[in-house]
Amino acid sequence: MKSIRIGAGLGFYGDNWEPVVATLERGNVQFIASDHLAELTLAILQKDRQRDPALGYARDVVPMLLRLWPLMAERGVRFVCNAGGLNPNGAAQAVLAAFAAKGLTARVAVVTGDDVLPQLFDASKPADDLAHLFTGEPLAGVRERLVFGNAYLGAQPIVQALDAGADIVITGRVADAALFLGPLVHSLGWTLTGAMAQADLDRLAQGLTVGHLLECSGQGSGGNFGSQGAWQAIPDLAHMGYPMAEVWEDGTALITKAPGTGGRVNFDTVRQQLLYEVHNPHAYHAPDVVLDMGHITLHDEGYDRVRLTGARGQAPGDQLKVVAGYRDGYKAEVTWGFSWPDAWDKAQAAQATIRTQLLEKRIPHDELYIEYPGLNSAHGALAPLPDADALNQLNEVWTRMVLRTPVKAAADGFGGLFPWLALSGPAYTCGFHGLHNTSELLGIWPTLIPRAAVEAGVRVELLQGTAP
Amino acid sequence: MNTGVDMTDKVRVPLARLAHARSGDKADWVDFGLFAWNAAGYALLEREVTAERVRAHFMPWLGRDLTGKVDAWLLPNLLAIKLVLRGALQGGGARNLRLDNLGKSMAGALLRMEIEVTPFELAQALATPRVGWWGEGAP
Repeated sequence: MKSIRIGAGLGFYGDNWEPVVATLERGNVQFIASDHLAELTLAILQKDRQRDPALGYARDVVPMLLRLWPLMAERGVRFVCNAGGLNPNGAAQAVLAAFAAKGLTARVAVVTGDDVLPQLFDASKPADDLAHLFTGEPLAGVRERLVFGNAYLGAQPIVQALDAGADIVITGRVADAALFLGPLVHSLGWTLTGAMAQADLDRLAQGLTVGHLLECSGQGSGGNFGSQGAWQAIPDLAHMGYPMAEVWEDGTALITKAPGTGGRVNFDTVRQQLLYEVHNPHAYHAPDVVLDMGHITLHDEGYDRVRLTGARGQAPGDQLKVVAGYRDGYKAEVTWGFSWPDAWDKAQAAQATIRTQLLEKRIPHDELYIEYPGLNSAHGALAPLPDADALNQLNEVWTRMVLRTPVKAAADGFGGLFPWLALSGPAYTCGFHGLHNTSELLGIWPTLIPRAAVEAGVRVELLQGTAP
Repeated sequence: MNTGVDMTDKVRVPLARLAHARSGDKADWVDFGLFAWNAAGYALLEREVTAERVRAHFMPWLGRDLTGKVDAWLLPNLLAIKLVLRGALQGGGARNLRLDNLGKSMAGALLRMEIEVTPFELAQALATPRVGWWGEGAP
C-alpha cells in the first residue's frame, strides 16, 4: 500500500530548525510542514506590519529555508508553512530574494484569503454575528479597536498548490494541522472537498490527527513532557528529534522520529500532544473534518514507533473559526529585588511606596498586579508560601509589579517611580529592571464566520523562482 | 495479617504521584490533558477527578476570574481526562499580566491537586506496570 513520510518543521515563530536537518538526512521524508503561527503570533506580526508594510510575516522562514532548502532540494522534499502570517506575498518575496542572492531556485506558491478584517469592520451585519465564541458577547464592543482578524483556512488551497507543482507553499492563517493534511491529501489521493463517505472522513480524521501530533515540533516527541519524576527519562534533550509520520493510503499512521536523535516517541509523550489545546475531544473542529478522538488507539511498536489508528471523522460545518485581536490597553512591568535580612518585609515596604506614589500622583490604572518570581508566579495561591518568619529568612525576594492602564503615558511613566528608591527606599536592593518597559495589550476575539464568504476569496498563486 | 495500617482508610495524595499532565491555552481558556500511567491509576482518576473538584482546587487562585463550569471528558482509550477551565488567563495570553501568561506551567498546578485513595489502591496503581513503552531507563 502506498505511503508517504512527512516531518515536523517549526512549532512556533522563534523555534529551532536545526532538528529538521536530522529528519531530512535520516528520516526519508517527502514533505516538511512548519507551523510558525501560535494564536498570539499574529499580534506580534501586526506590530511589525505597523512599522513596515513589507513585514507582517514570520521572518524566521528566510534563514530557515536558506539552511534547509539545499538539503530538501537535493532529496526532492517539498515544504509547506504558514509563515506568511499577515503578509504571505511579502514572505514569498523575501524568500525568493534571499534564494536569488544564493543562486537557489524553487517554485513557490502563495495562499491568501484568510484576512477577514474588512468583514469584521462591517458594522452593518446583525449584532449577533461574529459574537465571541466563548462568551457570546457582541463584536460591537471591540470593533473599533480591532487590529487583525484571520480565518483558519483548511487544506484545500495547499492541495491545489502542490497539485500545481509548488516546491514551497507559503500560507497565512490556516488550521495548523492543515499544513500536514494538505500534503497527505495531495499524495495519497484522498477525497477532501465535499467528503461525505465515512471512510473518506475517517481518513481525513487520521490525517488531521497526524498533523495535530506534529504541529508543535518537539512537543510531539518528548519535549515539555509534564510529569513529576518521569521527564528525566526523555533522552538527550540537546539533540531533540522532531516527530515525523509515515501515513498509508488507508489512513493508518506511524509516529516516529529520525534515528540517532534525542527525545522519545511513545504512548505517553504522544498522548500528551494528542490532547494539547483540544477542548471537546469528541468534536475537535477543523475546517476539513470534525475529529472524534474517543476511539483512537496509540500502540507502542518499539523505540520511538507509535501506531495511530481509530480516528473518526464527521463532515465539517459551514462556518470557519476566526481569531481577531483588539487593542486592550497597556502594561508596564518592573522587577525589583531585595536581599537578606528581612527581604520579604522590605519588598512589602517598597510596594507601599509605589502604591502611595500612584495614589498621590493620580496615575490612572486599572490594576497593579504583583507576584514574586521564585515563590508564586507560576501557581499563584496554589503555591504554598513559607510563614512570615521564614519569608524574612529567604536569601532574596524578587517582586514583579505590573501596571495595567488604558493610558499609554501612565505606562511609560511607571518605571520612573522606582530609581530614586535605590537611595531613599529600603536597604539592600539587589537589582531592578523595567525603567522603560511599556507594551500594548491585545484582547483575543475568537468567533465564527460563514465558510462560503471566506473561501470565495482564497487565492493560490504560483511564483517562479529566479533561475540561476 | 496485621500490617499496622488499615488498608481501607483513605489517604490524600497529589495527582503528581499517579498521573502526568500538559496544559495549553486558547484565548482565555486553559485546557489540561491528565494521564494515568495504567488502568489501575485511571480508575482512581475517573472516580476522584471530577469537574467540580478541579474547579474547587483552582478557586483559591483563580476564583475571581473563573467563569462558568469546568468541562471534563473521560477518555478510557487514552487513560486520560480532558479538562477545560474557562476564565483562567486574565482574558487571554496577550493581556495576561502573569509571568506565565500562556499558562504553560498550570498543568503543574493541576498535579498539586490531592485525591483520596486507600493505601491499597495507591499501592496497586503504583505497582501496576505502566502502559507506555520506555525500554531501557523507564521512569
